Amino acid sequence: MSFLSIRNLSVRLKNGPPLLRRVSLDVAAGEVRGLVGESGAGKSMIGKAVLGILPPSVQITEGEIFLDGTDLLRLPPKESRRRIGASCALIPQDPLTALNPSHRIGPQITDRLVDILGWTRANADARARDLLAEVQIADPDRVLRSYPHELSGGMRQRILIASAFAAEPKLIVADEPTTALDVTVQKQILRLIAGMQARHGTALLFVTHDLGVVSKVCQRLSVLYSGLVVEDSTVPEFFASPSHAYSAALLAATPKYTDPDAGLHPVPEAVVNAVRAEVAAFDRGPAHG
Amino acid sequence: MLDARVLDGRSMVRRRVGVRLWLSALWLGVLCLGALLAPWIAPHDPLAQDLFLGRMPPIWVAGAEPGYWLGTDSLGRDVLSRLLHGARVALLVALAAGSITCLIGATLGLLAGFLRGWVDLVISRLIDIWMAFPPILFSILLIAVLGPSLTSIIIAIVVIDWTRFARVVRAEAMAQGAMDYVASARVAGRGRVGTMLREILPNVLPTIVVLLTLEMGIAVIVEAILSFVNLSISTDDPTWGGMISEGRTSIHQAWWVLVFPLIALFLTVLAFSQLGEGLKDRFDPVLR
Repeated sequence: MSFLSIRNLSVRLKNGPPLLRRVSLDVAAGEVRGLVGESGAGKSMIGKAVLGILPPSVQITEGEIFLDGTDLLRLPPKESRRRIGASCALIPQDPLTALNPSHRIGPQITDRLVDILGWTRANADARARDLLAEVQIADPDRVLRSYPHELSGGMRQRILIASAFAAEPKLIVADEPTTALDVTVQKQILRLIAGMQARHGTALLFVTHDLGVVSKVCQRLSVLYSGLVVEDSTVPEFFASPSHAYSAALLAATPKYTDPDAGLHPVPEAVVNAVRAEVAAFDRGPAHG
Repeated sequence: MLDARVLDGRSMVRRRVGVRLWLSALWLGVLCLGALLAPWIAPHDPLAQDLFLGRMPPIWVAGAEPGYWLGTDSLGRDVLSRLLHGARVALLVALAAGSITCLIGATLGLLAGFLRGWVDLVISRLIDIWMAFPPILFSILLIAVLGPSLTSIIIAIVVIDWTRFARVVRAEAMAQGAMDYVASARVAGRGRVGTMLREILPNVLPTIVVLLTLEMGIAVIVEAILSFVNLSISTDDPTWGGMISEGRTSIHQAWWVLVFPLIALFLTVLAFSQLGEGLKDRFDPVLR
């Protein structure tokens, strides 16, 4: 079985509309899966459900999340927290709010290793220094003593990546890790994540709305529309011939840097209506699509 | 060429704040010393009456009596000595009421803002109900029930003002709770209490400090109001509010009886609020 396996996961706002509609997907050990979709399609919601950090206004109505063969949703909360903490990590979207402004960088990386995973202080400190060197930060000792506001956005994102890899997790959820960054920095960060992922053999759930990013980093991808998985294929397959009309239109809508005069191709209305009808049919139907 | 320090506004903010911080700390320090040492440094017994020395003006006004620096009231009691002894009451109320209010209010606010759910529901409704009571009437009622004493005043302030802390801290904790670093901490396996104390509290602390100093200023005023209407400690013991109340009746004959406690009150409340502003900037890592 894959390291992460999500089966028929449905999530809805309490007393509100569904946000995820029987989502199933697998991430094998060491594999990178992209989660693609428009804003509000439920991409981040999947990552949050896996990590157990869904907002309190949201509830899981059905489904299973198997992490290394164990269904997290059937475990007592404490035990599922422990398992998630031991084998998963998060690379958040916005580097500006993802580091605690009140603490220095060093303790933010090491305290979790020491307090929760029981490392010795010396080991954790050495680990933090090595990791910062690995994410190509020039002066690790100075950075470890800095407060977040003293560092640039790209620098902070590097630290978050280093911090995510600190405990050698088996799975990292990267929630749009490059969206908040400058385009020039994006490329470096992307290359960094891909390199770290390959070296450490970590499985990655990569949430993004940028198909260009998917083609560079991922091996498989799921395309979501309104919480419904409309496409699940390997990256080469997808870019050669997308199987769903909506994902084909999404691919066609990606601007081509090689042909800047080509103009933009928004997803045609007919395709949007078709996929909306599909979602509506799913909600009406006997819930087995 | 532009100086980098001119471009970086933070250094200028800090310099201005520094002066305010030190001036207010200085005033409060002098006041604390005066209050602590009042029995030894007060030139006269604050209760000793001498009807032959009634309404003596301050030392720099013609007709003053040597030894009575700020003059005497209508019963011949030394204004300076009474001010110093009054400061004991004012500061005691400020410290005790301020810190107890802060502890209760901030704890409830932090719990409500971070835990959300039914905890938040209960605490928020409690705050709403509480704030429907008119504060001054509520405090007079409380004192009437408890009987006028220093403890009653402190209890009244705590009972009425905890909502001030709870509301603000709750909102702030909520905003911090939505930050990604809180999510990261939860993913790493930090428990609820650990997350609250390690991740949220340090970021709410600057707000709590500002509120605490404001609350101390408010406590001084409330004590003055209550002693103004004779609901404080026994009328013999000097309090600033009581002095203002007595001075009011003789303002045309002896302005100093009214004016000096007013100045002391004004400066103290101002100093508390400015101290809060200054400390906030000291605590804030971005401005540090």
